[in-house]
Amino acid sequence: MKTRIHITLKQGVLDPQGKAIHHALESLGFNGINDVRQGKLIELDLEDGASDADIADMCRKLLANTVIENFEILEDTAA
Amino acid sequence: MKTAVIVFPGSNCDRDMAVALEQATGEPPAMVWHRSTELPDGLDLIAVPGGFSYGDYLRSGAIGAKSPIMREVKKAADRGVALLGICNGFQILTETGLLPGALLRNAGIRFVCRDVGLTVASSRTAFTSAYAAGETITIPVAHHDGNYFADDEALDRLEGEDRIAFRYAENCNGSARDIAGIVNEAGNVLGMMPHPERMIEPAHGGTDGRRLFSGLVAALA
Repeated sequence: MKTRIHITLKQGVLDPQGKAIHHALESLGFNGINDVRQGKLIELDLEDGASDADIADMCRKLLANTVIENFEILEDTAA
Repeated sequence: MKTAVIVFPGSNCDRDMAVALEQATGEPPAMVWHRSTELPDGLDLIAVPGGFSYGDYLRSGAIGAKSPIMREVKKAADRGVALLGICNGFQILTETGLLPGALLRNAGIRFVCRDVGLTVASSRTAFTSAYAAGETITIPVAHHDGNYFADDEALDRLEGEDRIAFRYAENCNGSARDIAGIVNEAGNVLGMMPHPERMIEPAHGGTDGRRLFSGLVAALA
């Protein structure tokens, strides 16, 4: 079973990488962009039966730093 | 006085730290590999050095913080053993939860590598006891993720409890309230981004870092 975890910086946490991407897009002539935030996506290939609670535990203990990041466990995807 | 330096794959300031500790204590520190599951007995001070443990994978310090030895380091700190985290060591200590907040990418995105002015914000800690409060010292920084972040409540608490050890005289990385180094509630754990161990010989360009170590030795002796 494959699970994807979407990790994003919390609101109010400065994202200089997102800002740099924003500027680069504008320099390419893409206008109308209000904001850019960069996150990360982690794919886990798990044995069947892993619970959302187990996955959330992995997120809190390692995959995300909940001082600065939010995590979201995305729907299981077909292998 | 017994000291130890924790060494991770990717540490690169461990030997500088060992030189600084030997200069201050007269004895070389034990170098402890991160896979170890025990620390030497009777330690007075543990240093978590700078570098790029695990290549900064996932987040700076995140994987080093979960190394087997860090469980022992945390237990020792909880018992009151002095713990010093420099640069990547500071990142590891925040990831371990021994210090509040987190170190984000520098606000200017660039890696910053130069000497900076630091104001000693508190001389009350064992780590800053040889400095005068309000004194400005020169210490080098070398980091990409040194932008200290904590929510306003945590920042207010750090200020209210006099737990900010050092502030940048000129903010070089976007850190909240110019914070360069903080101590834990009990005062036995210091994390700071600048590198005092790189400023201990006239050949380094100055010796302002030396008093951190000599003051610590005097305070712990």
